[in-house]
Parts: sequence; C-alpha cells; structure tokens
Amino acid sequence: MADVAHDAVDYVPPLVVEEEELYHAKTWLGKYVFCQDAKVIAIQYSVVAIGIGLVALGLSIAMRLQIAFPDSFAFIDPTNYLQFVTMHGMIMVVYLLTALFLGGFGNYMIPLMLGARDMVFPYVNMISFWVYFAAVLVLVASFFVPGGATGAGWTLYPPQAIMPGSPGTDGGIILMLLSLALFIVGFTMGGLNYVTTVLQQRTRGMSLMRMPLTIWAIFVATVLALLAFPALLVSAIMMLLDRLLETSFFMPAVISAGGQTAYDGGSPILFQHLFWFFGHPEVYIVALPAFGLVSEILSVHARKAIFGYRMMVWAIVAIGALSFIVWAHHMYVSGMNPYFGFFFATTTLIIAVPTAIKVYNWVLTLWQGNIKLTVPMLFAIGFIFTFINGGLTGLFLGNVTIDLPLSDTYFVVAHFHMVMAVSPVLVVFGAIYHWYPKITGRMFNDQLGRIHFWFTFVGSYAIYYPMHYLGLEGMPRRYFSYGDTEFISASAHDLNVAISIAAIFVAASQIFFFWNIIYSLFKGEKADPNPWNATTLEWRTPQTPPGHGNFDELPLVYRWAYDYSVPGYEQDFIPQDVSPAEAEKMAKRVD
Amino acid sequence: MEWTLLFLALLMAVVVWWLVRQTVNVEPWVAGASVESVQSDGIRSMANLGGAVRPSKVALGVFLAVVTSVFALFISAYSIRMEVGDWRPLPEPALLWANTGILVLCSIFLQGAWVAVKRNNVQGVKLGMTLAFLMTVAFMVGQLMAWDQLIDSGYVISGNPANAFFYTLTAVHALHLIGGLVVLMIAIVRVWSAAEIVAKVASPVELCGVYWHFLLAVWIILFSFLLNT
Repeated sequence: MADVAHDAVDYVPPLVVEEEELYHAKTWLGKYVFCQDAKVIAIQYSVVAIGIGLVALGLSIAMRLQIAFPDSFAFIDPTNYLQFVTMHGMIMVVYLLTALFLGGFGNYMIPLMLGARDMVFPYVNMISFWVYFAAVLVLVASFFVPGGATGAGWTLYPPQAIMPGSPGTDGGIILMLLSLALFIVGFTMGGLNYVTTVLQQRTRGMSLMRMPLTIWAIFVATVLALLAFPALLVSAIMMLLDRLLETSFFMPAVISAGGQTAYDGGSPILFQHLFWFFGHPEVYIVALPAFGLVSEILSVHARKAIFGYRMMVWAIVAIGALSFIVWAHHMYVSGMNPYFGFFFATTTLIIAVPTAIKVYNWVLTLWQGNIKLTVPMLFAIGFIFTFINGGLTGLFLGNVTIDLPLSDTYFVVAHFHMVMAVSPVLVVFGAIYHWYPKITGRMFNDQLGRIHFWFTFVGSYAIYYPMHYLGLEGMPRRYFSYGDTEFISASAHDLNVAISIAAIFVAASQIFFFWNIIYSLFKGEKADPNPWNATTLEWRTPQTPPGHGNFDELPLVYRWAYDYSVPGYEQDFIPQDVSPAEAEKMAKRVD
Repeated sequence: MEWTLLFLALLMAVVVWWLVRQTVNVEPWVAGASVESVQSDGIRSMANLGGAVRPSKVALGVFLAVVTSVFALFISAYSIRMEVGDWRPLPEPALLWANTGILVLCSIFLQGAWVAVKRNNVQGVKLGMTLAFLMTVAFMVGQLMAWDQLIDSGYVISGNPANAFFYTLTAVHALHLIGGLVVLMIAIVRVWSAAEIVAKVASPVELCGVYWHFLLAVWIILFSFLLNT
C-alpha cells in the first residue's frame, strides 16, 4: 500500500482521529502538582529521577573514596559500603534510568511527536507519577530504618538478602521490596498509557512507519517493561513472604547463628532465574530509548536521513524479542547445566547482530553528512564510541569460558558501566540539550555545554578504561577493602586512586550541566521554535514551550521524520506536516 | 520457565506477525500525496473498518497481557519449585469446586449485563452487574473459608512450599478481582443513580465482562495446577 495516488494532492479526508476531551485544571494544585498534562508529568518524573540519581551519584563517590583511600573515612564501614553498592545500582538502573527514559522522555515525546493532544488516559498518567514518587520515598525511607538499607547487592540474591549477617535485613529489605512493587504498579499505569497512545492516538497520516525512531524505541521498550517487570514483582512478592512469613520459596535449609532456621528446600537459583528474566530485558528497557533518542539527534545534526530506517525499526523489535531469551548469561557462575550455558551464549551472540546493525546505521548516517558539531551531537557521537566499547566487552563476557574467570572482577563493572551507565547517560544529556529549547523556550549556554561534554566524556573513560585492566588482573568487585592481597599489584592500588580522582572530577563537573540548565531557564536567550531545523512534530507546535493541548489544530502528516537534505529542495529539511503542494514551493529551480 | 516462555513466544509471534504486516511493504521515505493512502495501513484502519476500537479496550488488552505474564511467571516458579524433594501436596478442600462454580456465575451475570446493555434493558443491566458484584464477593468469602479449613487442618503457609504457593496464588488472584470490583462498583453506583444510564456504563460493563472471563480462565488454570500435584 505504499504506492501513492499522486493525483489527489490536495485531498484531505475528514477527521478520523477523535478529538480528545482535555482536562483543564482550575486550581494551582491541579495545574502544577496533580497535573494531568503529560508534559508536566514528564518534567515531574525527570526532576524526581535526576534528584534520586544524584543521591546514587553521591553513593558511588563514597564507594570510590573507600576503594582509593581504605579506612580513611569514619562514615564508611563494611556495612555502609555494601549498602552504598546496593542502593547505587538499584537507584541508577530502576529509579533513575527507567523512570527518566520512559516516564520522562516517554511522556514528553510520545504525544508531541505523534501529533496528539495528550496521553489517552491523563488521569492514570498522573497517578502513575505519584505512585512512582511514593516508591522513591519508600526507597529513601529504607536508609533510615533500624539496620539501614539493604546491602544484598542490587540483585538482592537470597539467601543473603534476608539472612542476618548481611546489612539491612531488618527493615531495609522489606522496604526495598515494597518500593519495587510500588514502582512496578506505577510503571504499569504509565506503560499502558504509552502503548495505547502509540497505538490509538497518532494523528492523521502518522502511520507506524512514519513514526520517529524515538517513538518506536520507547514503544518497544515499554512493551518489554510491561512484560518483564512482572518477573521482578513475582520474585519480590515471594521473597517478601520468605522474609515475613517464613515460607521457603527461595530459602534453602540454613543454619544461622548456630541454630537451624525454619527454612527448608527453597531454591535460590529459582530467584536468579526470575530476577534475570526481568534483569536482562531491563538492560534493553534502558538501552532502546537511548538508541531511539540518539538516532533522532544524529539525523538532525548530520542533516541526513537516518540510514536504513526500516532496518532500524526491525532491529529494535528483534532486540526486544531476543532480550527475553538471553537472561541466563548473567548466571554462568550459578552452577547451571553447561548445555544451558551453551544455549544462552549462542542467543547472546545472536542479539549482537541487530545491535551491530544499529551501530553500523548510525555510523553510515554520519557518513558524508553535513555534520554540525553542536552540543547534543557531541554527546550522540560520544555515545556511539562508548557503546561500541561496552558492546565489545559484552562479546567477551557472553562466552561462558571467558565469563567464568572474569565474572566477579572489575572487568564486569567496567563492561556494564560503559554499556549501560555511561552510554545511556550520554544520551540523556544529549537529549536534554537537544530538546531544552523546546521544553523551556530558552537556549542553553553552548560553551558550558561543551565543557560539560568533554569533562564527562573523557572523565568517564578515565574511570572505566583502567577498570578493564584491573579486572583482567583479577581484582574482585564488591570488596570493601583489599588489604595486602598477593595477586593485586601495588600499581593496581595506584590505579584505583587515579580512578577515584577521575570519578570525583566527573561528578563535580556535572555542576556545569546543572548550572547551565538552571541559569538558562531564567537568563537564557529566547529560543527559536525550531532551532535545529528538525522535521518532527514537536518542533511545529504553535507555542514554545508547547501549551496545554500541544497543537491548535492537529497536524496532518505527509512524510516520514527524516526528510533532511532532500535532493532538489532549497531548504535542507521538510517537516513531517508539509504537504507535497507546499513542498513544491521549496523546490530549487536550477535547470 | 517454559510456561512463561511459551506465553511469550505466542505473544511475540502475534506481535511480529502484526508488525510485519504493518511495515514490510511500506516505503517510508516516499512522501504521501494524501493522508488517505497512509491511513489504509496502520491500526487506525482496523478501527475505521470495524467500528472504532476504544483506547480503553486496547489498554485492557495490554493489561491482560501484563497480568498473564504475572501468572505465567508464578506458574513457572510453581513447576520449578515442585520438583524439589520436599514438596508435600495439600488436600484441596471441596469448597474450591463450589467457589469455581460461583466464579462461573459471575462471568455469566456480567455477560448477561452486556447483553442487556445492547438491548437497552435498564433492569437487566442493574441486575446483572449487582449480582455479579455480590457473587464475586461470595467467591472471595468462599476462598477465605477454604483458607480457614486448611489452616484448621494444620496446613499453614510456612509449613510447605505447596501450601505457600496455594495461599500466594489464591491471594494474588483475589487481589486482581478486588481491582475489578472497584471498577465494577463505580459503574454500579453510576447506573443506579443516573438517569442517562445505559450508554454511560456500556464501556465498563463490557470491559468488566472481559476482565472477569479472563480471571475465570486464570482461576481454572491455577486450580488445575493446584489439583495436579
């Protein structure tokens, strides 16, 4: 049905998308606090996520201080250290990245890019944020209960997660599990909204294959999250019962403090299966939106159509589907059947194929593009480098024989931070800079943005590159202190000091980012409605920042999102809602 | 995990089939001359051809996939845990059969209410919804009585994983019913108080019907797993 009737240029069918009935807030509270506008909810999500992310950043600095200068700080003891490790991981993965990409960017981008007035269920959307907020509060509360937050590692493996001896088994683990359950409930409400909006609320002409890749990626990531989070919910419920009612879902017979516990026969491996059945798709729940946003930024700032749009879409879908059958590559050391390992190593290497397709396509998008090295573009290109780095070490760890010796070393820390921490965070920064003029109506300071980029990018490499080496030397991760261990050379300790100093620099340099976005919010130059000359619908709103309801009249979409530098046209971009008749007027007359 | 994987494989097959149909023959880089041609692919066209598909119906469908995922994972965990040696099956109270019957009645009443909506039969709608509500409450009371009988005979939750799974699965199922009851109650209040009635509750009645049928199916699958120890 791709063949287009070119004779019907000016024909526009009657409105098929029903006008949404918008809720108009009447009180201050309804407008700014319990707001049902997806754009406000997006900002609420982002602010809370980044706020709790800063806590996790602080925890990581505390960890680095202890590793570089053991026992020099009174406030870090082995118990605290494990709690920092646990909460840093959990917050960064779930409460920052998942919430920011889906709750933040999802809410902002989906209605605007699809030409909708709002999400389909604005009220449920609003509740979704407040449940997320409650989940964050419960999480923070767990720091302050007797015994403190849980220190079981972000994977919360039983039995140590609930046995006395590990930190936070009194109240910490209970609040952690409750907080996760709340998060999942809140996310499910939001996720139903995102999926239904993408399916039902696209404006006229916005067929699936005209959607920007950002929307494709957020859509598939949301579907993954909706199907994968139940695994975490199920394991959280069962572990909560093990902890509170002494059931034995996961708890084997354990002798604790000299006495036999009430537990018997439970299977810790079962927990690991359930956890990683969630945990691996979670990697892609975070990575896919990053892929989508970066595709957008690269295309806009290289003034070139994204290379292989259809392949990009299918790669997103393929990655989504495959991500459900690779989970046990996180469990090679659990003592499972070797044939299992073989199977999961194979699927893991297969998932590298669609991922590599995406990387090639990004690079080919840049190829011979009219590249503008703006701040968002710097971050996007930085992402490509970092993602390739992290992806390549993933190929090592995906193989059982290499993973076994490296599994508990800093090599793994280096790998997942490159691929899952630095890469998505670079995209987050790039995307915030890219859409900042639309969201706030003001331009950010370009110079500060560049300084921020170089500190963050170079600094991240200074942190994580040496960790590969430490890992290959056999330096175990999660240790509070290494003491005089024979196989760890003195130079490794020096390297740790260097890493920690780099980490402190990178953390401190984020002040450039926060200063920039807060200062520019008030004092920044007034932004053009479409400063990057982009084609997608969010840049075509009558007001900047977009008002309640987004558009005056819902736009009509005639083309895909990547009409950049179309041959024969003066202007190097044609927005999605420009009809062929209007586009004709832009055509170059050079015969 | 095979149950979960089976469910996911089926789901993925449907999604991939749908996506391929939507995307395989499309040349996105070709600008449309009119929007009409574009609208003939895409789900919008399904909405246009067979009467509009309401967003709430799509959302319910997605939600049911999520709930299926939850129960498939529980059942996976159940089958894995069952193979460990310490599994001692518990006797299923005969009351569970009666409860199953009551839950079937709930579905029938809601179906009746939906038929009444279509015939614009106000009394039928009121009756169907209220009876379904009361029967669902009766089902949950029945489940509590079954719990009581088991606890009285010494099958406490921490006694054995078989017991633990029984209590957990019935509780999670009941929680989902409670969620449905909230929606149903709002619709009932609306239909008893307002004059415009039937058109107003058509959507909740239909969606509640689908949801109850789904939870009935879930219960029957759970029950057969619980019996099959």
